Amino acid sequence: MQSSEFLRRPVPEAASWALTRFTRLITGAQARWIGCAPVPVQRIYFGNHNSHADFALIWASLPAELRRVTRPVAGADYWEASALKRYIIHEVLHGVVIARSREEGGVEPVDIMAAAVHAGDSLIIFPEGTRNTTDDLLLPMKSGIYHLAQRCPQVDLVPVWMDNLGRLLPKGEIVPVPLLCSISFGAPLRLQPGEDKDAFLGRIRAALLGTRAAARPGEA
Amino acid sequence: MTHFQGTLLIAVGVILLLVAVSALGAWLKLDKADGHPHPLIDNLNLRIQAWWVMTVTISLALLAGRIGVIVLFAFVSFTALREFLTIAPTRRGDHQALVMAFFVVLPFQYFLVGVEWHGMYSVFIPAYAFLFLPILSAVKSDTRNFMERTGTIQWALMVTVFCISHVPALLNLRIPGYEGRHVFLIVFLVLIVQSGDILHHVCSGICGKHQIAPQVSPNKTVEGFIGGIAAAVVLGMLLSWMTPFSVTEAALVSLATTLMGFFGGLVLSAMKRDRGVKDWGMLVEGYGGMLDRVASVCFAAPVYFHIVRHWWSVQAP
Repeated sequence: MQSSEFLRRPVPEAASWALTRFTRLITGAQARWIGCAPVPVQRIYFGNHNSHADFALIWASLPAELRRVTRPVAGADYWEASALKRYIIHEVLHGVVIARSREEGGVEPVDIMAAAVHAGDSLIIFPEGTRNTTDDLLLPMKSGIYHLAQRCPQVDLVPVWMDNLGRLLPKGEIVPVPLLCSISFGAPLRLQPGEDKDAFLGRIRAALLGTRAAARPGEA
Repeated sequence: MTHFQGTLLIAVGVILLLVAVSALGAWLKLDKADGHPHPLIDNLNLRIQAWWVMTVTISLALLAGRIGVIVLFAFVSFTALREFLTIAPTRRGDHQALVMAFFVVLPFQYFLVGVEWHGMYSVFIPAYAFLFLPILSAVKSDTRNFMERTGTIQWALMVTVFCISHVPALLNLRIPGYEGRHVFLIVFLVLIVQSGDILHHVCSGICGKHQIAPQVSPNKTVEGFIGGIAAAVVLGMLLSWMTPFSVTEAALVSLATTLMGFFGGLVLSAMKRDRGVKDWGMLVEGYGGMLDRVASVCFAAPVYFHIVRHWWSVQAP
């Protein structure tokens, strides 16, 4: 925690520190940087989505200097629903709040995300679009990440695989069980010139599953 | 030998031993490895560090008395249960059973040990948790792998909570002429089982040829088995002064304890193999998790407890 930042905004900074510590304690997760290093370059982190805690875990796993310039992209329908959630997403997490369906707001979600990237920030996104509560490893990828990559072709996309978070606090449950979680960062990729949407989404999916496989070498 | 002299002897002995192996580890690192990374020597040094941590933690708990010992082993159980259930095949429908296991069954078992309710802490998990937890999973009406899921949760509680809670339960035994020295029963158990583990490792490394169960654990050999058990029995005889046992009795108790410890390690290795992991966790980098360290104590503790209770203690009225 930088002291000048802390003096300027004591409450959100303290909340951010507490959230980071709490997330690390309850998940017991140690970040594994398999395909890239935790260096301060602009990136779009994309992860598998099983739980509301996904945000917090990616965010808490980043070193403090990266965390300060990395903004989670969050759905307005959930995060704008109460004063506490609004406070956490805007003041503590510095989130980029988007309307999940186009009818909800006037501005295209991808415009809001691209604006944040062009302002120099890193993003955390979940290309499945919603939480995966099925038995499958991943839901089909939504096209949002393709449109974002088109707008920001110069930024690395880093796959992030998280295990066990869905079991820690399944949808609709209140008390989390303290199972150990893991989080792994894979090798970055970018949109290739002329690459079409389906090919790109296929690579995004493969990158997530590849990171999962790289994190568990013991399995056949 | 008075209580004070015994405590002093064991404390000085353990510390000298740790200083000696730490010096050996540092010498190996400087002389043999030239300060460069060396998998075997670095692993040995990590183990030595872990022994220091274990020794200091256990000593502090013993100094803090009964409550300290109960809290320490409750923490050991919690960490081991967490590691076990992390790789268990549970599903969404088991969430409430898991919440109960962590936040109700575990604390209540240690509470029962704390209030010395022997009749209850002996049956609470084998009978009541066994009956009650599957009900919570069944009402969620998700039947996929149901038998495997409920079986695994029960197994996790038995091995990590029920078995480990028998270590602090040793303090509840009433042994005539042994008043005030119960912590030595724990020190004896831990020293015998851990030395059995270490000496097995050493003997296997030096002269291990015939694997016992290569599919389960390639490191477990007949030579290590014989060496580890023989060494633990000799150590048990040397330490009989701290127990209520005679020298011969100490040999037999150590034999039973290390045998159980050895097979505990084997059974838990088989479970890791089944789930495709090498270690239970990352408590100590490169040295596995809590359950890797206490697997042998899990299996040894209840048998040791019942041997001492049956032949040495006065049953509470």
